[in-house]
Amino acid sequence: MKHTLSVLVENQAGVLSKISGLFSRRGFNIDSLAVGVTADPNISRITIVADGDDYVLEQLEKQLNKLIPVIKVKAFESGSYLSRELSLIKVNCTASRRPELIQIAEMMHAKVIDAAVSTITLEFSDTAEQTEILMNLLRPYGIREIVRTGTVAIEKGNSSVSVQSGS
Amino acid sequence: MVKCLESEGVSVIFGYPGAAICPFYDRLLDSDIKHILVRQEQNAVHAASGYARSSGKPGVCVATSGPGATNMITGIATAYTDSIPIIAITGQVRSDLLGRDVFQEADITGACEPFVKHSYLVKNTADLPRIFKEAFHIASTGRPGPVLIDIPIDMQTNEIESFEYPSKANIIGYKPNIKGHSVQIKKAAELIRSSSRPVIVAGGGVLSSGVKLKLVDFAVTTGIPVVSTMMGIGVMPSEHRLYLGMLGSHGKGVANRVIHESDLIIVCGARLGDRAVAAPDQISERSKIIHIDIDPAEIGKNIKTTVPIVGDMRDIMSRLADAVGEYHVSPMWDDTIERWKKDLFRLPKEFDGFVEPRSFVAKFSHMLPSKAILVADVGQNQIWCANNFRIKEGRFLTTGGMGTMGYSIPAAIGAKFARPEREVVVICGDGSFQMGMNELGTIAQNNLNIKIIVMRNTRLGMVRELQKNLYRGRYSATFLDENSPDFMKIAQAYHIPSVMASSNEEAEKIAAEMLKHDGSFMLVCNVSPDTPSI
Ligand SMILES: Cc1ncc(C[n+]2csc(CCOP(=O)(O)OP(=O)(O)O)c2C)c(N)n1
Ligand SMILES: [Mg+2]
Repeated sequence: MKHTLSVLVENQAGVLSKISGLFSRRGFNIDSLAVGVTADPNISRITIVADGDDYVLEQLEKQLNKLIPVIKVKAFESGSYLSRELSLIKVNCTASRRPELIQIAEMMHAKVIDAAVSTITLEFSDTAEQTEILMNLLRPYGIREIVRTGTVAIEKGNSSVSVQSGS
Repeated sequence: MVKCLESEGVSVIFGYPGAAICPFYDRLLDSDIKHILVRQEQNAVHAASGYARSSGKPGVCVATSGPGATNMITGIATAYTDSIPIIAITGQVRSDLLGRDVFQEADITGACEPFVKHSYLVKNTADLPRIFKEAFHIASTGRPGPVLIDIPIDMQTNEIESFEYPSKANIIGYKPNIKGHSVQIKKAAELIRSSSRPVIVAGGGVLSSGVKLKLVDFAVTTGIPVVSTMMGIGVMPSEHRLYLGMLGSHGKGVANRVIHESDLIIVCGARLGDRAVAAPDQISERSKIIHIDIDPAEIGKNIKTTVPIVGDMRDIMSRLADAVGEYHVSPMWDDTIERWKKDLFRLPKEFDGFVEPRSFVAKFSHMLPSKAILVADVGQNQIWCANNFRIKEGRFLTTGGMGTMGYSIPAAIGAKFARPEREVVVICGDGSFQMGMNELGTIAQNNLNIKIIVMRNTRLGMVRELQKNLYRGRYSATFLDENSPDFMKIAQAYHIPSVMASSNEEAEKIAAEMLKHDGSFMLVCNVSPDTPSI
């Protein structure tokens, strides 16, 4: 099962290697990992999507919490959060195919950010599932290159994962 | 750095110098901190471990960059798995040269990452006081463990404006002082009150948290029997009526029997590793489990738990005892255990012309002062000690988590510096002795009084036993030469008197003389290679 975790860490050297080392050492599978600074420049947020059963998830949270620079770990419950990943996709595109591809882009709410004689480049920001749908639509044209960020996620409604908040 | 150590009240450190740590060693000359020069860096960590376990304070060890630092790794990993508070300080190449593979550069913080509770690579000299304060705080609180501080040489020589040692460490992501949850304590108390065949499993956490006496009190008032893990040996006097010995694959029959027949297991400060409990699933199916530990990650890791209590055991133990109130195990359980104790007792079989190590260890324990510290190495010698040493008020030190051969001699050195007034005895195998014997130099140089008993079976006995049982007696690489070394001559080279024994009578006689001798002494016991571990 896929789990999405939001982890707040002290922004210090080596923290990322501590976290990724922990995953490989304990045999946890990471699907994606995205790091970025928070409103407080001393604190970064790492969003991790990982695969495993409940035992794995429990151990993952606990082992992450044991790392000294880790301030907070929250595993999001399914349905309680919104997630996005950003993709840049370069697709083969001759002049005759251009209208079709632009139509797909519009339908999926992807943005055309570059075009050349034989390619077109789309920017897409949505969930991992939507990204898969778009890729399936583009595959017949020939995907030259795809660049995807890891998933970032935020809770719905008023709750937030911050240094002060409980849980 | 020296001032930081002084501010922490450190009086002894163990180490080995080299170019990258020379500025520190230079300043050490002006300090009252005593430096003990070991003979290999791994042993500096083991010595710090023995010191920490005997003094209750973090042990400090020092090495130079590159090979000095990498030599420390096994020691650090050993302290990590045994949850011992250690501060390991390493010199490092100049900070502007980091990453260029210069002479004696090794990424020691990277290499040690899986084995440290935390580590620092110092990038700014002004950070040193804060880092030392944090390091000591992290190493000694919560679940103890080693902390590594890697210090480039320029960070050691840079001047700072003024030195101020912080009075408190403030780490936002580290809040180890968890109080046990009242609801959980109440639930646990209910489970205990409704159980008829409970047993306590006590681990190293009981000793490191200083809750030993409270636990004994609790056991006595409730009549709940106690078994221990290897790291927990010493939680109760061995001859206490309620103490049933060590559990596990190399443990006592009665301890394992009680675990299997119980309806409630109260696990205190133990992680129940695979050596202690081989099939945790079977056990948790049959009985309920209360697990008390300071480290939440241990709960549910190895065994399914009915009621977990996370927190400081000192506080939890007294609150639990209050919540349980008046309760006593059923007399039936008491009687059954007494019967098993008798049924499962076996006198060790003796081999002519050899010392029988199990009965010797038992006999020898009674010759020791009650607060003696026994340090056992790894191998059959460790099991002989774990099951037969009759501990009273003293300590039993050994490495249970990593099982690192060569631990005993350096750890005993550390223990002796922490407790100079106590009798400190090493029992090791002839293989493990040869892994740690370079430290006889440290013993001799410091005129230490450490008694060493070598169980000489001319084999890597424990591995040989495994080959006997699982590999149809195909003995591969477990024979140690019968002709060398001449242990007497090795002892002699360090001016340590030594005697060899080939029967229990002889061994006991020499042991008595050894204990009268003021200074180090080595007793070599010839043991049959066929003596089993249990
Ligand atoms: C550093 C290290 N290397 C290898 C082992 C594997 N090992 C475990 S017990 C043992 C044999 C120990 O021999 P000895 O010290 O003579 O003790 P004995 O079993 O004969 O009492 C070995 C090789 C180990 N535990 N530690
Ligand atoms: Mg041997």
